[in-house]
Amino acid sequence: MSLEKEKFEALQKVIDELRNEQGALMPIMQRAQDIFGYLPEEVQNYIAKELDIPVSDIYGVATFYAQFNLEPKGQYIISVCMGTACYVKGSQQVLDKLEEVLGVPAGRTTPDGLFTLNATRCLGACGLAPVMMVNDDVYGRLTPDQIPDIIAKYRQ
Amino acid sequence: MDLIRSHVMVCGGTGCSSSNSGEIIKEFEKQLAEKGLDKEVKVVRTGCFGLCQAGPVVIVYPEGAFYSHMKVEDVTRIVDEHLIKGRVVKDLLYKEAVEEDNTVKSLENVDFYKKQKRIALRNCGVIDPENIEEYIAFDGYKALGKVLTEMTPEEVIDVMLKSGLRGRGGAGFPTGMKWKFAAASKSDKKYVCCNADEGDPGAFMDRSVLEGDPHVVIEAMAIAAYAIGADQGYVYCRAEYPIAVKRLQIAIKQAREYGLLGKNIFGTGFNFDMDVRLGAGAFVCGEETALMTSIEGKRGEPRPRPPFPAVKGLFGQPTILNNVETYANVPQIINNGWEWFASMGTEKSKGTKVFALGGKICNTGLVEVPMGTTLREIIYDIGGGCPNGKKFKAAQTGGPSGGCIPASHLDIKIDYDNLTAIGSMMGSGGMIVMDEDNCMVDIARFFLDFTVDESCGKCAPCRIGTKRMLEILERIVEGKGEDGDIEKLENLANTIKATALCGLGQTAPNPVLSTLKYFRDEYEAHIYEKRCPAGHCKKLLTYKIDPAKCKGCTLCARNCPAGCISGKVREAHYIDTTKCLKCGACMEKCKFGAISRS
Repeated sequence: MSLEKEKFEALQKVIDELRNEQGALMPIMQRAQDIFGYLPEEVQNYIAKELDIPVSDIYGVATFYAQFNLEPKGQYIISVCMGTACYVKGSQQVLDKLEEVLGVPAGRTTPDGLFTLNATRCLGACGLAPVMMVNDDVYGRLTPDQIPDIIAKYRQ
Repeated sequence: MDLIRSHVMVCGGTGCSSSNSGEIIKEFEKQLAEKGLDKEVKVVRTGCFGLCQAGPVVIVYPEGAFYSHMKVEDVTRIVDEHLIKGRVVKDLLYKEAVEEDNTVKSLENVDFYKKQKRIALRNCGVIDPENIEEYIAFDGYKALGKVLTEMTPEEVIDVMLKSGLRGRGGAGFPTGMKWKFAAASKSDKKYVCCNADEGDPGAFMDRSVLEGDPHVVIEAMAIAAYAIGADQGYVYCRAEYPIAVKRLQIAIKQAREYGLLGKNIFGTGFNFDMDVRLGAGAFVCGEETALMTSIEGKRGEPRPRPPFPAVKGLFGQPTILNNVETYANVPQIINNGWEWFASMGTEKSKGTKVFALGGKICNTGLVEVPMGTTLREIIYDIGGGCPNGKKFKAAQTGGPSGGCIPASHLDIKIDYDNLTAIGSMMGSGGMIVMDEDNCMVDIARFFLDFTVDESCGKCAPCRIGTKRMLEILERIVEGKGEDGDIEKLENLANTIKATALCGLGQTAPNPVLSTLKYFRDEYEAHIYEKRCPAGHCKKLLTYKIDPAKCKGCTLCARNCPAGCISGKVREAHYIDTTKCLKCGACMEKCKFGAISRS
């Protein structure tokens, strides 16, 4: 519980810092997600109360943008680039292999909470196509047969 | 001050950073310090050099030695041989940079760079983007000084109009005109915004400018603010670009410290400051009205125009919004004059354009060429053509709003109007090359899948229409296409183009229309013959083993996930096509080329 309390204190600080800025809602939500890892209902309610706006506004923003999560994510977030350059060089096959190795479809988290698999928008590293990221690590020029070894590294 | 005799420029762009250029920098610094050279050799983390294919890239000056595909282990040899003994390590050089007689070519003469002209990318790979003094040393903030002390806002706008600079974000609206409209709007509060929400898949030029030369955007926005009478700016940047965001934030902080942002800039009484706002993953926010709504902290939905942002934009005030690459041209137009800029390019498209070359091409990376360069020059002379001897099929420009240009148009001179005339568009500058193995129907499906996902849902033509188009395309690639599908697609496409609310919807059918125009035979083969000519669409493929070539090694049978390959050792094998998943694993594994796909 104390951890939760600390997180809400951190959120309060962010709100106090930004509340007078124009258009502060998105930056506050982005920082809140950094703190909590996702935006659970209590956090949305908290921001709504502090900013004195309806929680429906916050829910509306949270569901509009792909980067806001309403559910907790895995410890490692795998993002497979599905930009055009990666797609024409076989990123679909990389994604298929990941689905097979992890046993979950794109957009889902493994039952052990270790991996979340995402098909993502262009990462802008087209020179390395096909590309995927595991948290902040970038893997380029991928082939499907490299996938099992990469995943094994994170399972250790 | 130390006298630096050599500079080691290490690319810190996203491509090279992902292949470990950060470690290479650390290793250089460590070894140089150990050898006591750190006072005479300087290691600089720069922005993108453009040739991402050869990454990680290191250039050592004054020789201009271009080392490619660097590994951490290679650092010792460059330090010992090149930096201590003065001998260029030829076998580590980019191979194009070494002549047949073993002499070293200068960088400008390498094929990849020979036809390029770097204006927007002028400082990328040349300066340390995290050091404002290096930017200033390369004439940085000189244009802002000139504008504030020698020119009236009207004169600035006049120069921009005469230069012929058009928006580099895609639509190509004249930049000077935008500024003129915003300047004419009466209000005591105006805004200047920068669109760095580079969402087109396959485009990364804005990212490279922000990563390699962030101050140019700050300087240009300040100039724009002076021209229209604004005092606040926002850069709206994709959150997927962490390095770009960080460097921009460092640059803003430095500019404030040097008095180049804030109150009373250059002692002229002109005030201007700016902030960075992060996107959160919504492609539609690259549309100008949606972007402004998003900066306001709301759902990034577009709204009808007029009123145009120049009249009523951010927070209801007159606003201009320009793209990163557009801004990157502005200071040089002021410094060198509009005549200089207008002397480059074609009649209606002046200056240069940066393209992100990607896909099936030998030299992937960023290239900047004068407008009017032909597609053939970009793809063959600069890009080196398709790898593995494959045949060029099409180049896709303009992202999800653009189209595919077939080989028959390779000699087209690239500018805004020519690309629109052949059913594509300039777009932000992504250029994806496709070869004979890419199925054009599937590419159209890929882009529609993208727009359906990114449609904000506000207007019906885009929300419902693109979905229906996608469903038809999905049926076609699965071999369930019917007579009349092509006509239905065309009908829907034209209706959506005519009726959607914003640019996203109005251009969403372009990938379908352009592929229908140039590759109609591929659609027909899918629908009427249930065949994918490129051999890409899984559901339409059949795998076959040639009994004459099969040695019976059993490798294919052991690798088949469906267990549909049978046969005895040393005898020809057979694929049961009714059970085949069409994954292609057998064909990849076969060492005798006995398996074919049709």
